[in-house]
Amino acid sequence: MATPTKIDEFKNGNHNGETPIPKYTSRDFSSDQDVRWCPGCGDYTILKQVQNVMPDIGVLKKDIVFISGIGCAARFPYYMDTFGMHSIHGRAPAIATGLKVSRPELSVWIITGDGDSLSIGANHFVQLLRRNVNVNLLLFNNQIYGLTKGQYSPTAPEGTISKSTPFGSIDHPFNPLSLSMGADGTFIARAMDRDPKHLQKMLLRASQHKGTSMLEILQNCIVFNDGAFELFTDKKSRPRKTIYLEDGEPMVFGSDNEKGIRLDGLTPEVVELGDTYSKDDLWVHDEKDTTKANLLARFFEHPAKGDHLTFPRPFGVLYAVDRPAYDEGVAIQNAEARKRSEPDLDALLQGPETWEVT
Amino acid sequence: MKTENHVREEVTIRFAGDSGDGMQLTGLLFTNTTALLGNDLRTLPEFPAEIRAPAGTVPGVSSFQLHFGSTEIMTPGDVCDVLVVMNSAALKANLSLLKKGGVIIVNTDGFDQKNRNLAKYPEGVNPLEDGSLSSYTVFEVDVSSMTKEALSETDLSYKDVNRCKNMFVLGLLYWMYNRPMEPTIKFLNKKFGKDPTIAEANVKVLKTGYHFGDTAGIFTSRYTVKEADLEPGTYRNITGNESTVLGLVAATKKSQLPLFFGSYPITPASDILHGLSRYKNFGVTTFQAEDEIAAVSSAIGAAFGGSIGVTSSSGPGIALKGEAMGLAVMLELPLVVLNVQRAGPSTGMPTKTEQADLLQAMYGRNGESPLVIVAPRSPADCFNMAFEACRIALEHMIPVMYLSDGYLANGSEPWKFPQEKDLKDIKVRFELPRENSEEPFLPYLRDENHVRSWAIPGTQGIEHRVGGLEKEDETGNVSYDPDNHEKMVKLREAKRDKVADFIPLQEIDQGNSSGEVLVVGWGSTYGSIRTAVGQLRKEGMDISHAHLNYISPFPRNLEELMRRFDSVIVPEINNGQLVRLIRDKFLIPAKPVNKIKGRPFGVQELKDAILNITSGKQEAAES
Repeated sequence: MATPTKIDEFKNGNHNGETPIPKYTSRDFSSDQDVRWCPGCGDYTILKQVQNVMPDIGVLKKDIVFISGIGCAARFPYYMDTFGMHSIHGRAPAIATGLKVSRPELSVWIITGDGDSLSIGANHFVQLLRRNVNVNLLLFNNQIYGLTKGQYSPTAPEGTISKSTPFGSIDHPFNPLSLSMGADGTFIARAMDRDPKHLQKMLLRASQHKGTSMLEILQNCIVFNDGAFELFTDKKSRPRKTIYLEDGEPMVFGSDNEKGIRLDGLTPEVVELGDTYSKDDLWVHDEKDTTKANLLARFFEHPAKGDHLTFPRPFGVLYAVDRPAYDEGVAIQNAEARKRSEPDLDALLQGPETWEVT
Repeated sequence: MKTENHVREEVTIRFAGDSGDGMQLTGLLFTNTTALLGNDLRTLPEFPAEIRAPAGTVPGVSSFQLHFGSTEIMTPGDVCDVLVVMNSAALKANLSLLKKGGVIIVNTDGFDQKNRNLAKYPEGVNPLEDGSLSSYTVFEVDVSSMTKEALSETDLSYKDVNRCKNMFVLGLLYWMYNRPMEPTIKFLNKKFGKDPTIAEANVKVLKTGYHFGDTAGIFTSRYTVKEADLEPGTYRNITGNESTVLGLVAATKKSQLPLFFGSYPITPASDILHGLSRYKNFGVTTFQAEDEIAAVSSAIGAAFGGSIGVTSSSGPGIALKGEAMGLAVMLELPLVVLNVQRAGPSTGMPTKTEQADLLQAMYGRNGESPLVIVAPRSPADCFNMAFEACRIALEHMIPVMYLSDGYLANGSEPWKFPQEKDLKDIKVRFELPRENSEEPFLPYLRDENHVRSWAIPGTQGIEHRVGGLEKEDETGNVSYDPDNHEKMVKLREAKRDKVADFIPLQEIDQGNSSGEVLVVGWGSTYGSIRTAVGQLRKEGMDISHAHLNYISPFPRNLEELMRRFDSVIVPEINNGQLVRLIRDKFLIPAKPVNKIKGRPFGVQELKDAILNITSGKQEAAES
């Protein structure tokens, strides 16, 4: 039992199942604000899918909080009829950490972009993952700075021509999933704006995971970086250029599921299914396997650079393991401290040694 | 030889040695014993920024100065009466702080060729032999050998034996100043409870030092300092950082709110994090963040959720927090930012004190970004002002900057501590849950003091969004409307200014309520100014002292109070900051007295500076 305080009365949520969840619809999560992204922006569909999923996450509306930093994506909280904070550039993970640690019963969602999370806020991003704070982070990756009108971002492939790199960028880009693996993230997944059904599934999975759920969403910036992910999102090329991961299932892809990924030791290779290899020879996806998740995260050639794609880009949950969440640990430690000694302010003020003046 | 007993009204002792010699502990133990005897006192620990600077060198010297007496003691003393030096470097670094004719107690072992070389005395020069100390009374004591001898029958390592040296000195000083050893013996037994041999060794050396004073026959005088005439009550000794911690915990209790403390370690503020992390049972959560920005941001996140959000740092860290503080101003959330100031700019002198962040607190954010500024005036006052910072932040939904400094943080004084029942309740106004209300919730609707309600997640029916973008009055919706922006800027300022109705009026600390000269100080200069003004008044000068605890907003009556005097003098440990605010706000030609040496004002230098100004010598010299 933590130290009782005045905010306890606001905690009568469904945390322990005491309040039934009303039958929400996605409209219940739509605020009265006009959505003001560019027409055709990938953010619209992400917003829609998040609103679609919210009725199913099993949380009262009053207990949901969206926190964003700065960027196009960061406008997101204004459009959600939940609690929300549009904060400052890169700091949403730190703000969310403070909120979640002090109010663990809340469902906290971080909305961020590639610039927000991987450039100005990269430190907070990795710290959040290593601490494993029980929040959901949606990383809208469009490989460009949209709000500042078209500079290259930390996920933009080398050679990107942008307003600030007229001769091509020299920076080597971050691979967000590898970075998350390196930070010991416990839930690492990828989705895209153009596959709403899969995106919904991933959002739901993210909400169910205890610990930091890092969901990268490839999102098309129609104005400054249109078509950056077309190879993956286009219905024609998608089957050949992507692979949808299913836990416990062999890694099959292709228009007719004619291809698969096989492991030769720890070296992955793309094979044609047929006479030489059957499904039984393929790598079976295991979300809990750290080594293999690291391999999968490395399927990361950049089509925009003109690379030939050796491997399809993986979508789905690459990695999901259990590790105690930071906020849980804090709650336990605080409760134990409370058990050990009653808070006696007078004793504290008095201190270890006193003397009388008469 | 016969020893004579003298009574002294006040004494200043300075312990100095290598940072590995345990001088801070020695000073602290002498302080605690002295406090228990009922003396008034102030302390000033001074240590190098390096954890272990090269042993024996001047940069590695660590000192602890204690000023105690039977009268009111408000400063750690300008110069000391007794200087204890454990090695040559300690003498070199501290001799200028010993008054002429003062006593030096020397550990002779620290003056061998090697130590003199390390202290960079010229080849062949030994200050103990060359007559350079002839204007002082020097007692040469071979502390190291006598410590070794005292412990010859133990099987302690050389290192452990050597570590007991400071207890010899402490014992000797206890004898010299007629202090009991029992409190220290009790402390040592507790501290080394798990290692009784070490505890016994320390106690033995302490007693050896005490008896050495008695039997050595070289000391001709012992001193008694009688109880001070303190206000009756129960006292404890406390440092500024400790009492800051207690102020925050008390605010938690009196507001019945959880406290979230996000911090990143930095000298000299870290002890607040250390202290608070032990009081989780009071509903305190401490979070050692990855950086200063995350520290303040996490506190803002917690404040959004209904906790008292607190972050702490020193100047460089405060600079990093600037943008987030602006966010808290914009969101209108309660946030307490503790700045334990140190000498700047940049990394500056981390272990040295300064008051140079006042203008940063006032103006150091982008845009019109008003917040409240409070400043404690003494180590014990840190308790009051930390509590006040929380009260104002919570009751006015506004960020509060609390300006302590290294001198207050590490200095200590006797504290007649309050009881829980003496402390005021802190009242907050949470927005209440709504059932199916058709009325739209207006997060930025204000009460008569321009304060909005605290609308925290988890509250039914008031789901809403806040953010750093300019917001429309009342609704909080994003707005780029020109008139609205101007209105909001003025409203946020009016809210801050309105706090003036909820803080005490400015009082005159001592002196007449009108007259020739008013000295106006803020923060840690209180003790020096009080003592200096007290002495000048005794010497017949028409001078008064007012000391500010609240700087933004100023107390309502400050202008009127200052205008009752012919001239206003503002001493600060900076290059003139409060003085600028006063001139700017009131067009009063206040005159600055500035010291920027990483140390507090000495009483004499302050008196001299005031006299310089009043005698017209400095009329045109400044600005």
